[in-house]
Amino acid sequence: MKTVDLAIGIGGAAGQGIATPGDILARIFVRRGLHVNAYNAYQSIIRGGHIFLTLRTSDAPVLSHGDRLDVLMPLNQDTMNRHLRLMGAGSTVLFNSDTIKPADAAAGVQLCPFSVKQLAPGLRGDLVQNTIALAAILRLIKVEFEILEEILTLQFKRKGAAAVAENVGVARAGYDYAETHFRPFPFSLPDTGKPLAFFEGNQALAMGGAAAGVRFYCAYPMSPSSGVLHWMARHGRQLGIMVRQVEDEIGVINMAIGAAHTGCRAMCATSGGGFALMSEALGSAAMMEIPVVCINVQRAGPATGVPTKTEQGDLWQVLGAGQGDYPRIIVAPTNITDCFKIVPRLFNLVDRFQCPGIILSDLLLSEGRSSADPAEFDFNVPIERGEVIGLNGDGPPANGYKRYLITDSGVSPRALPGTPGYAHVVATDEHDEDGVLISDEFTDPHKRQAIHEKRMRKMDGLLPLLETPALHGPDDAQVTLLGWGSTEGVIWEAMQQLADAGITANNLQIKWLVPLHGEEIVSILSRCAKVLIVENNYSGQFARYLRSETGFAADGHIRKYDGEPFMPHHIVDGVRAILAGSTKLYVPVHEIQV
Amino acid sequence: MAIIEREATRRGQTAVAERPKVTVRDLKGKVDPDWCPGCGDFGVLAALKQAIAELSLQPYEVLTVSGIGCSSNLPGYLSTYGMHTLHGRAIAVATGAQLANHHLKVVVTGGDGDGYGIGGNHFVHAMRRNVDLTYVVMNNQVYGLTTGQLSPTSIKGMTTKSTPFGSVENPINPIPLAITSGATYVARGFTGQQKHLVELIKGGLQHKGFALIDTFSPCVTYNHDNTHEFFKQRTRKLDEMGHDPTNFHAALEKGFAWGDEIPIGLFWKREDLPALDELEPVLADGPLAHRSLGVGPDAARALLKELM
Repeated sequence: MKTVDLAIGIGGAAGQGIATPGDILARIFVRRGLHVNAYNAYQSIIRGGHIFLTLRTSDAPVLSHGDRLDVLMPLNQDTMNRHLRLMGAGSTVLFNSDTIKPADAAAGVQLCPFSVKQLAPGLRGDLVQNTIALAAILRLIKVEFEILEEILTLQFKRKGAAAVAENVGVARAGYDYAETHFRPFPFSLPDTGKPLAFFEGNQALAMGGAAAGVRFYCAYPMSPSSGVLHWMARHGRQLGIMVRQVEDEIGVINMAIGAAHTGCRAMCATSGGGFALMSEALGSAAMMEIPVVCINVQRAGPATGVPTKTEQGDLWQVLGAGQGDYPRIIVAPTNITDCFKIVPRLFNLVDRFQCPGIILSDLLLSEGRSSADPAEFDFNVPIERGEVIGLNGDGPPANGYKRYLITDSGVSPRALPGTPGYAHVVATDEHDEDGVLISDEFTDPHKRQAIHEKRMRKMDGLLPLLETPALHGPDDAQVTLLGWGSTEGVIWEAMQQLADAGITANNLQIKWLVPLHGEEIVSILSRCAKVLIVENNYSGQFARYLRSETGFAADGHIRKYDGEPFMPHHIVDGVRAILAGSTKLYVPVHEIQV
Repeated sequence: MAIIEREATRRGQTAVAERPKVTVRDLKGKVDPDWCPGCGDFGVLAALKQAIAELSLQPYEVLTVSGIGCSSNLPGYLSTYGMHTLHGRAIAVATGAQLANHHLKVVVTGGDGDGYGIGGNHFVHAMRRNVDLTYVVMNNQVYGLTTGQLSPTSIKGMTTKSTPFGSVENPINPIPLAITSGATYVARGFTGQQKHLVELIKGGLQHKGFALIDTFSPCVTYNHDNTHEFFKQRTRKLDEMGHDPTNFHAALEKGFAWGDEIPIGLFWKREDLPALDELEPVLADGPLAHRSLGVGPDAARALLKELM
């Protein structure tokens, strides 16, 4: 049973220093073994605008950033104006009364004004108010002051003893003021004694790449994928990974393919616009049969779209990326920890089947943050390179080596450049088993058919290796919520809320998109009473994909495409509306302007 | 396994005598070229083979990367490792391959449309990075494989299928572009001067850094302006003109020259700049492609600690 479920919202303009108190709170929570989920709603702006961080902690796993706030920490008047009306009974609002005035609050909301001028006379506003508010929050949830003191000391050590003393002094004033002036929460923050790790999705993807043995990483900066590049750039030298920032995404994917051809594992990440530029080359990787992994961190499209907002809008783009038919693997991790685990797994598959692999993440996963048991980050992963000649300088000169030898599995042994005796040409033109072009002088429909079938045959071998999706929750539920990728957590939380309201629901979450376990999915869904598909896009991209692959049509749809992720109650409201028969397509309206 | 020693190739000190002999015959590919009879590209293929043979580069140590176009079919006519990549992408793919295994000798071949048109962005950035590539462009000033349209190097006024009333655009001049973009070996050859072309390609192969050998390789089918005869009458060797390839301003001046006298030869060379792979501390332990995979337990612990 959970004893604490606390959500803290910190909002202000970009540049007001929202991240620091957020990070400090998260660190304090996970060091006590509490679970954390954090979502930062931000804008494509460097200074100004409205940024809102939601940080939720509990002694039970936190599946989403939730529906409500217990604490609001507005750093400017704008944030107060936007969010105060959503604060309910039992919640607390902490603000600098020198500059921020509250409007009317709902009954039972504790307004906690403090004056920076009074508590920290002579010190300048913005960052001081953050420190005071942070200290006050910690007092209200009964965290010992010494913990904050230690963190601040560490943080300001570089700036000298005076800076440490000043910040600790300000924090002390806020802490003491809260003790005498504000009502604390009715619980004490538990300590499980088992500290958890706290990390961002992009960090998890990058670490997954390191675990997989990526030796070449390249990218062109693009939100919300740049976190992978930043992690790689910071850690590359220490881990023996070459990291390159390339002139454009066409260059990125082609450079990765060139590196991968020599035998090292190569990866790149981008968002939808960059991925669009990579399309042709992904087909070329399949044609030349070179394994490479590309991450697409989806943001709200089309075109430049909303760069800092989330969406699951690129499914059809990745399904159809590039001309012609070619083997590819597409996987959508379902939670932030999965972002780590999926990368080595996918590398083993693309190495074995010598084709491109695409990870479909989104802003919610990639820039969202979560806690996990550190044991989940097992770097000792199995590494399977498939049929490779020349990795260890082995392989005798083979007369008549055929790079694209036609085999039952469709997989042909891959010789790496530099290996004596196996020189060959890989080509994006159609070619025969030898690699000789059959696109011009030697055009041959029979050879073309045979080599095309050889490549595509790899998909048959792949499918049985992918785990089949399974129902989560009661088998005989009234409603089945079918989702894919990042929506797993919020759907699970909605299921709990539905159960509390007397509606039983279960979830089928799809992770492996291509190849798709269509038969198993339909077999499961055919036993479900009512199937509703939940997805973060306008047109029901997964619903349309499932119908095209299997003929299955769902009973209803819950969709959101305003840029913000689902909150649990959006799904609950949708289930109610659809069960009541008032609609078959429910689109929630996001309550807050963020 | 005899691999090209970094030190030996650096500054052109290839230890040719110590390598197993390679003949032009050894370099013959699986099939013969399907270029039009009389195409200049035959001359580039012959010169490239001759240069590789004279340097005794082993076919398995060489990776020849091309894009798409008539001339980009070249890797299929050679017995080295080869990659026949997408239109315009050869430089990007070759950069990845060279950085991932800097023991390979990476040669890029292709046409003017492939390299200076659709691939222009990669071309410029590879030069500013001084990637260790030898780039031989078969410049025929026209699109051949698509049956005769304007190319980025087509002369102003040229009549093609896409410019039936004559082109009004100025062409790209790859020589000054390369010099100012940061290439460290910039040369121009002509297929009508085979021995000269072999020497230029050899110089490029021995150069540590980005080497461009733009080569007049006339198209006998679609370009009736810039023919073999046209260049035969106009080209003049730079070394006979007393040109100093270490003089930046002279190199630019000669690079812009075009008219009754068109210079060929080595315009520009500098050896004081390291190639990109030499600047990468990550490569100190040898080629990435030869490394074992994974993260050791100590490094893994350190990474986890960052999350706690």
